[in-house]
Amino acid sequence: MGAPAVKIAVCIKRTPDSESRFKIAASGVAIDEAGLKFDIDDFAGYAVEAALQINEKSGGGETVVIAVGPDAVQESLRKAMSMGADRAVQLKTDATPADGIAVAKALAAELKDGGYDLVLFGKHAFDTSAGVVGTATAELLGLPCVTAASQLHVANGRGSARRELEGAAELVEFPLPAVVTIDEGVARPRYPSLKGIMAAKKKPLESKPAQLGAIRVTVQKAELPPERAAGRIIGEGAAAVPELVRLLQTEAKVL
Amino acid sequence: MANVLVFAETRGTALRKVALEAVTAARALADASGGGEVHALVAGPSGVGAVAEQLGQHGADVVLIAEHAGLANFERESIAATMADRARQGSYRAVVLGFSTQGRDLAPRLAARLDAPIGADVTEINVAGDAVTVKHPGFANKVMLTLTLTGSPVVLSVRPGAFTAKESARAARTESIQPSADPAAARVVVREVVEGAKGRPDLGEAPVIVAGGRGLKAAENFKLVEALADAFGNAAVGATRAVTDDGWRPHSDQIGQTGRQVSPQLYVAVGISGAIQHLAGMRTSKTIVAINKDKDAPIFKVADYGIVGDVLEVVPALTAAVAAARSSH
Repeated sequence: MGAPAVKIAVCIKRTPDSESRFKIAASGVAIDEAGLKFDIDDFAGYAVEAALQINEKSGGGETVVIAVGPDAVQESLRKAMSMGADRAVQLKTDATPADGIAVAKALAAELKDGGYDLVLFGKHAFDTSAGVVGTATAELLGLPCVTAASQLHVANGRGSARRELEGAAELVEFPLPAVVTIDEGVARPRYPSLKGIMAAKKKPLESKPAQLGAIRVTVQKAELPPERAAGRIIGEGAAAVPELVRLLQTEAKVL
Repeated sequence: MANVLVFAETRGTALRKVALEAVTAARALADASGGGEVHALVAGPSGVGAVAEQLGQHGADVVLIAEHAGLANFERESIAATMADRARQGSYRAVVLGFSTQGRDLAPRLAARLDAPIGADVTEINVAGDAVTVKHPGFANKVMLTLTLTGSPVVLSVRPGAFTAKESARAARTESIQPSADPAAARVVVREVVEGAKGRPDLGEAPVIVAGGRGLKAAENFKLVEALADAFGNAAVGATRAVTDDGWRPHSDQIGQTGRQVSPQLYVAVGISGAIQHLAGMRTSKTIVAINKDKDAPIFKVADYGIVGDVLEVVPALTAAVAAARSSH
């Protein structure tokens, strides 16, 4: 076998299909979930795949998936297990909190004595699009943290990663245990096989209350942004170019 | 009266545009909470302190300068420790950062260290008594969330481009400080910074973006997009996910829900059909131009100006016309 076995936790979130058309719930502080499809968040899916590949390469190890949220998250945890994760933990809440630090506290409490070599997150989740929880969890655990890794390699108790900056990239190295949040580019998530789906039904899923602590960030209002004015086609082919340039100069004033 | 601490992001010894935007947001926040001071913290290699003047012009009353040979790259652990120490020393109402790759790394570290509530990627900040209220576009810009943060300080990261840098000149006092943690002791070590293509502004900073999609038909036709960007002079080049997945362009060029989210003054979509995943990354652009051969392509629903036609024919004509228009003034 190759590298030594690695024990990995992947913290995942369940979010609605990003291609959905959203409506605001009657409460005015959330989206209307009726009719929406939910799944493992995109970036969290890359993180699950990254963990599975690291463990496949080492020929051992363990991948544990963890989610904070109401019972609906169990579906996403089962899916991660059908992809190949070994077991799952639900940190149960009534609703998904908007307070990233509170979620990080709940995760840190669970991870603290877990003996994990590596803790992976998506770089952010589609719904809150904030990217707070992974990094904050690392800080609460006192672990080194690399955010938004677009490449990740782990070997012999150390990791290396690439991060895309605006107009540049940085290559970093770090010791394990560590927390890494995953950007697109690391790994495309696999589809669960039928065998994987059957196996996942028998894998352990533990549920316990989340230790969130005080909630200090709340959604006061959710609203749909104003629609853009309807589009306008000004012409066909190269013949329309002079009119476009005129509009960019006189109307949009960007040229 | 309450002071505000700002992280003024630099690369090398130069300020990032988002640093001035963060200072501008912090100035407004300090003024709105009774006229406190804005303290900007700069951390970088020797010489980085020269940015103090620019920060003062944009509303910083005090510039805290941590110059250290070990801070040549973004030493996140040392900078987080230094910012957190400073935040604990002053009675700050808020700590403000830019929501850049580095700012979005640093902000949650500070919130965790200070046990402070955090609002990420905010586009508007309001103070009302004990609460700070922010607007934050969630769900890939499809739902606008208004969040209330209780407690002090709060940590806020501002969306690049949302707060236009404004001058509010004052002669900033400068103060040299030591990094709170030795950069050499950092666990996460930067081995190398790979610079991207030179000579073009970044997607997050360019006033004009020309982006290409599969409608260009082949990787080599991307040179038409490059040429149009050159004609504008100040344009960045972007691409759709289909194009970066196919390897025509690097992943870092991707605009869309899983790539960069941009709001330039002008966005020119070349051969882009307008999948929802792409629109999520550019629909907040001020003016959108679309060129596509399919008149029913969804991109035309958001385009202020659309031209139906073959990009291989229309784009060179547009490039020549833009070059001519720019040379005439």
